[in-house]
Amino acid sequence: MNGLTMTIEALSGLLEKKEVSSIELTEAFLQQIQAKEPELNAFITVTRETALEAAAASDARRGRGEAIGRLDGIPFSLKDNFSVKGIPMTCASKMLGNYRPPYTATAAEHLLQAGAVLLGKNNMDEFAIGSSTENSAFGPVKNPLDPLRVPGGSSGGSAACVAAGEAAFSLGSDTGGSVRQPAACCGIVGLKPTYGVISRYGVTALASSLDQVGILARNIKDTALILNQVASYDPKDSMSWRDAAADYSAAIGAGVAGKRIGIVKEYLGSDMDPDALAWVRQAADWLTAAGARVEEVSMPNMAHCLACYYVLMSAEFHANMGRFDGLRFGMRAEGDDYFSMITNSRTQGLGPEVKTRILFGTYVLSEAQYEKFFLKAMKVRTLICRDYEEAFKKVDCLLTPVQNGLPFHWGSRQGDSVKMAATDKLAIPSNLAGLPALALPFGSAEGLPGAVQLIGKPFSEAMLLGIADYLEQEGQRP
Amino acid sequence: MTAYEIVVGMECHVELKTKTKLFCSCAAEFSDDPNRHICPVCLGMPGALPVVNRQAIEYAVKAALALHCQVQLTSRFDRKNYHYPDLPAAYQITQMFYPIAKGGYVDIETSKGCRRIRLNRIHVEADAGKLLHGSSGIGGAGDSLADDNRGSTPLIEIVSEPDIRSAEEARVYGEKLRTILEYAGVSDVKMEQGSMRCDANVSVRPKGDPVLGTRAEVKNVNSFKAVERAVHYEAERQIDLIEEGGVVVQETRGWDDEKGISISMRLKENAHDYRYFPEPDLPPIILDPEQIRAIGLTLPEMPEARKVRMVSELKLSEYDSEQITASRYTADLFDETVTLGAEPKAVANWIMGELMRCARTKGVDLAAIPVKAQNLAALLAHVAEGKINNKQAKEVFEEMFDSGEAPEVIIRKKGMTQVSDAGALEEIVQTVLAGNPKSVEDYKNGRTQAMGFLVGQVMKASKGQANPGVVNQLLTAALEAMK
Repeated sequence: MNGLTMTIEALSGLLEKKEVSSIELTEAFLQQIQAKEPELNAFITVTRETALEAAAASDARRGRGEAIGRLDGIPFSLKDNFSVKGIPMTCASKMLGNYRPPYTATAAEHLLQAGAVLLGKNNMDEFAIGSSTENSAFGPVKNPLDPLRVPGGSSGGSAACVAAGEAAFSLGSDTGGSVRQPAACCGIVGLKPTYGVISRYGVTALASSLDQVGILARNIKDTALILNQVASYDPKDSMSWRDAAADYSAAIGAGVAGKRIGIVKEYLGSDMDPDALAWVRQAADWLTAAGARVEEVSMPNMAHCLACYYVLMSAEFHANMGRFDGLRFGMRAEGDDYFSMITNSRTQGLGPEVKTRILFGTYVLSEAQYEKFFLKAMKVRTLICRDYEEAFKKVDCLLTPVQNGLPFHWGSRQGDSVKMAATDKLAIPSNLAGLPALALPFGSAEGLPGAVQLIGKPFSEAMLLGIADYLEQEGQRP
Repeated sequence: MTAYEIVVGMECHVELKTKTKLFCSCAAEFSDDPNRHICPVCLGMPGALPVVNRQAIEYAVKAALALHCQVQLTSRFDRKNYHYPDLPAAYQITQMFYPIAKGGYVDIETSKGCRRIRLNRIHVEADAGKLLHGSSGIGGAGDSLADDNRGSTPLIEIVSEPDIRSAEEARVYGEKLRTILEYAGVSDVKMEQGSMRCDANVSVRPKGDPVLGTRAEVKNVNSFKAVERAVHYEAERQIDLIEEGGVVVQETRGWDDEKGISISMRLKENAHDYRYFPEPDLPPIILDPEQIRAIGLTLPEMPEARKVRMVSELKLSEYDSEQITASRYTADLFDETVTLGAEPKAVANWIMGELMRCARTKGVDLAAIPVKAQNLAALLAHVAEGKINNKQAKEVFEEMFDSGEAPEVIIRKKGMTQVSDAGALEEIVQTVLAGNPKSVEDYKNGRTQAMGFLVGQVMKASKGQANPGVVNQLLTAALEAMK
């Protein structure tokens, strides 16, 4: 069977017609995992037994004519910072040791309730800190499209596994591009919805005001289908949006005529990669041809996004990481007293990049530096949000690159924090403003897929998916 | 010698008596069973998120209104970061930048007269867990165990301005705060059990000096008496230090009540940098004025107002009304009993007398006393109607205090009745007079105190059931007739 890179739509069609069973499908994905993993390293935990049990249960439901929906029996994976009761969660860190969460993340629960089959947990940058998945305590993930290039990060395992046909789709987390950037690197779709659309409950926090669960899938229709399943108001997440449950497929096929598309002037400078610019221009041309109106908008504060993001993200991260002290869960190192035990546990359990961010976060929140860094960054964040508000008075959505060109080569940015940080420059602003943003494979260079990004107003996911679907369909025309 | 002025500001933590914890649905109740009331949220498990308990916010607003504070229409939570084994997430969720209430005051009355102590703010925060060191039997001798039952239960912290000027005022402030919060019904306010905890910021300065002295914060004060002693000790310590040419340093000190001293715990240089920042997992608390008004309507009549009413309408003395209103239980019992038709002064006497005596000698918490207004009213009616005498009534009351039973039940059980029938008593009177010729002679000779002895003998002969008033009448008539 060569259905491993088929869409959910196609796979669920086969299941429906009983041309294939969920067990067969799950076995096929598990075989693919077995074949590819020695090279890719996209999984930290493969839950073979529970996957086959879930698949058998799905087949039984279908046999009784009680299949739940399109996702029933479809194999998927989760980034290893999602809690699933009883299944190890490592966050790709030594710190968590053999921790098994006693509860399940709401987003994962929605998929399991829909009958989707969990294949395992994906490799990632440690605690989701990174843009290349080079920071995993379990070794790096390879890009299935080009072994010399990074798969992106921090949801690199999720992106690589979907691209390599190891799972039909995956959920990741996106704090500063961590779903969209790896999706772009691996040639798949990555969606970060509006802050509050998908519950964060049960997903290990990086920076709580920026984190949002994201979807990595093969195409736009699949993405909308999954979003329909996982988007919901969750009383357990106080920042959850009351009307999050909606039909996100509504605008697919509606066309783009009359849509006003903004190109950000500040993203057209000489520092931009020519390929990245070419993809944006081409997408703009296609949209114009289909009746959309494309215009330039200026967003002067985008230049400050990276600095603003690093201050706020590190501050929140340092606080969220405090609980990993070796006391309650995860690994514990010996120490003469409580504080030396914490120090030793964290020294041994956490990787260098994580430590750097914790130290930076501690610094920017210290009494002496608070106003200079944290408070200023909060103010800058407000200015960035205003740039978006102004832009959205003129346009319905923005069309930008996801990253500045093709994925970088292995090790080329390791150890150069500034260069590494700049990788996410184009993805970060929508996290700061909490806006929906979508990375879509578009164009190509050097035989590798390119990508463009669509950013919309809060809760405009349906519209973004509609526009993206149009571009996707156009791209597939012979 | 320089005259010094003591300046004290108080920080009081008060546990709100909500059903569940501040950010999760675990029961917020005490348990002997460690870690019985815990979940991923209050244990700070990765991915768990807080959700604000509405009842806690309502209680905080209620407390703020009872203390005359300005309730803020928008307040926010913040994270206070520090590592300690009783704090699972390594940060406490509190309100640093935008507290739920500002201002307010507590009026206190001491031997020096009335004074108003201004409040700075009230904020809502989560409590920490408890640590058991060494001797638990589960861990080794050097081990410490964490019990998170109390972790994340809701607290309010009430911060006063440095308006307190004596150790006595510090104690009275604490007591008054407790009374007000007890009335508001938001907390058990028990210092001994830790549902109310007070820290005192103490400094001294030469009298008349407008500049505040360097303060020391005194912690671990577990009773109001201890507050007074601790403040007194700290002020004396600072004055002695200055007199000897020393300098007061800013520090945190722990009070040792047994030894009656405080010990330095932490100097300012070693103070924590808590790295406060706005809690990103929680939206602001937005209240509308109508909501605040509605919460205000649930407040009972507060002690000040009740005192005034008891004095002006019910003609109680200042002293009596002060005693009665010192706790909501006694004030409510008084008001309800009077409403049922009992005579106010008699009710006050019973409450201040027998009830307080029983509470004291039996060591029963006022809130736990089972005596109901209808029963107290019935008891007083029995006495007023002469069905039982005072001595019997006291016996009945003690039983009511222990069991909460109605007086009728107790009277029946004990076979108590008061004999007021003159015919039935006449016989006993005659027997007593015949048996005590010396006393009769004394009376005739003008030694009226002999009357008391004779009444006592009749009461004894009637097994205490005679109505002393009637006995008195009968004896007087019989003795006069013998003259």
